[in-house]
Amino acid sequence: MTATAAPRRSQFKLSTFRQEALYGYLFISPWVIGFTIFALGPLLALIYLSFTRWDLVGSPSWVGLRNYSRLMSDELFWQAMKVTVVYGLGRVPLGIIVALGAALLLNQKVKFVGLWRVIYYMPVVLPPVAVSLVWMWIYNPRYGVLNGFIRQVLGQEGPRWLDDPMLVLPSLMVMAIWVAAGRNMIIYLSGLQGISQDLYDASSIDGADSWRQFWQITLPLLTPIIFFNLITGMIDTFKLFTQAYVMTQGGPRNASLFITYYLYQKAFQQFQMGYASALALVLFVVIMVLTVVVFRWSRAWVYYESEVVGGGN
Amino acid sequence: MADSSTTISQTPAAQVSYVSARHPGFKYIITRALIYLILISGALFIFIPLAWTLSTSLKTEAQTLAYPPTWIPNPIQWRNYPDALTARPFDRYYMNTFIITILSVIGQVLSSSLVAYGFARFRFPGRNLLFMVVLSTLMIPFHLLIIPRFILFRYLGWLDTLLPLIVPNFFGGAFSIFLMRQYFQTIPLELDEAAKIDGANPWQTFWQILLPLAKPALGAVAVFEFMEAWQDFLGPLIYLSSDRNYTVSVGLAAFRNDYFTAWHLYMAAAAVAMVVPLIVFFLAQRYFISGVALTGSGGSKG
Repeated sequence: MTATAAPRRSQFKLSTFRQEALYGYLFISPWVIGFTIFALGPLLALIYLSFTRWDLVGSPSWVGLRNYSRLMSDELFWQAMKVTVVYGLGRVPLGIIVALGAALLLNQKVKFVGLWRVIYYMPVVLPPVAVSLVWMWIYNPRYGVLNGFIRQVLGQEGPRWLDDPMLVLPSLMVMAIWVAAGRNMIIYLSGLQGISQDLYDASSIDGADSWRQFWQITLPLLTPIIFFNLITGMIDTFKLFTQAYVMTQGGPRNASLFITYYLYQKAFQQFQMGYASALALVLFVVIMVLTVVVFRWSRAWVYYESEVVGGGN
Repeated sequence: MADSSTTISQTPAAQVSYVSARHPGFKYIITRALIYLILISGALFIFIPLAWTLSTSLKTEAQTLAYPPTWIPNPIQWRNYPDALTARPFDRYYMNTFIITILSVIGQVLSSSLVAYGFARFRFPGRNLLFMVVLSTLMIPFHLLIIPRFILFRYLGWLDTLLPLIVPNFFGGAFSIFLMRQYFQTIPLELDEAAKIDGANPWQTFWQILLPLAKPALGAVAVFEFMEAWQDFLGPLIYLSSDRNYTVSVGLAAFRNDYFTAWHLYMAAAAVAMVVPLIVFFLAQRYFISGVALTGSGGSKG
């Protein structure tokens, strides 16, 4: 891009620009094609299907807004929304605190840092179906290791973890922490290690103790990662399916009827494709609105280092 | 922290007493002990479920129902493994899962690096807008499109084949594209320009210069996609209907529905299902960690 002032330059440059654009489109074309076929097209189809009634046999018949009005008065839909939101409100903050805590520990000078990281990351790679089976067996009220332990220590019967409407969501949250805390911890750890030691040294000179340093340096500089975890945790909550399918089938008494599982039931067990499409579309809108709200809200508390370095807030 | 560590190295532990409670060394030891205590508790929290799996997988059925639960199987029943793995055609399930996973990884690595190269190195109208769309597919849960996708694959006649689980990966994935683009941007542009002066076309530059330099990022994309494909459950559950096409996950779930009390067999099957990803993880852990460091996102795909 060095400046050469030749008369023919503009002509030459135009053609290379065009050529460059052509190559650009060529290289990104796999994604454009894939996005159109597997995301955009299906999204449009989903919108159409949500106004129809269809059991996969014959062709869809137009029913206008009937699916939507039915959805609004569908108690199970509201129950599924409630379950999903309650789970998310517990699971996401809890996950952030546990992972951040572990990362702060491992950011100290600790022996075998690599080993600890590997141990904590391990569950993330395990297949969710296998993990679900394992935790079902741990939570087994009569023969599981958890209630065996409670029996030995407290001398009384433990609760029926997955069969108790009050306990099923907390039980699933603990399992989710077991799975994902390690991954999120590594993310925080890489963030922590990116914080310049100079900031701490400077604040030490100003007389700040480590508690103050945590609140005024560490935490603000980690807010982009906390924000990232918030968003992915939110989306993971709306995607939760395997545990619901394998472990609880939505029970007991719909206390773990997660929204994706409800969608699956409607579409692939009861073949109400039109109704399930309306459900999916409403979810799409809900998640998009939530994402936008969280992004807006994040401006109030997420700091990017460029802003800090630039001196502006 | 640095100050106290130099102090402690000169202070024999025996001299630390209640009198010297204000001594930085005392505080240091307590902090250290607490840190290791918490670290070990965390590790136990990770290991107990795995140990319980292993323990159960070697018990007799009668022993799984022992009251209270025991940790050491007696006798050790190795037979559970062959029994579990032949109770359903797990050999087929593993073969299918390997085929899906390997082809998905190849597709994802090739297509995503091509697309990422396009976004990283060429200017064209609409580039930023299109890249925003890529990022938005990370944020929006496109799994909600399972219904129209199911219908699309039904229309194509791909249901109950492995194609719906493989082919989409040849069109790039948002997370992989994002990760590769980030990496390409760390490679100096001068290399491309030098290659251009030497007469290389963009394809040659990509294939011979950038791709070999991007091995750490390619490794990260490959391991994340491996896990994604190996762990997938909803996709295979919906698209596959005959037993011979099942993946390990769907087979495992079906196996559980066969009986209800054969916990020793489920745990044996679950243990085997866990071993393959664990081996991959141990062999490739530096790619996981570097992928996390590259993107700050740890492979959480949208």
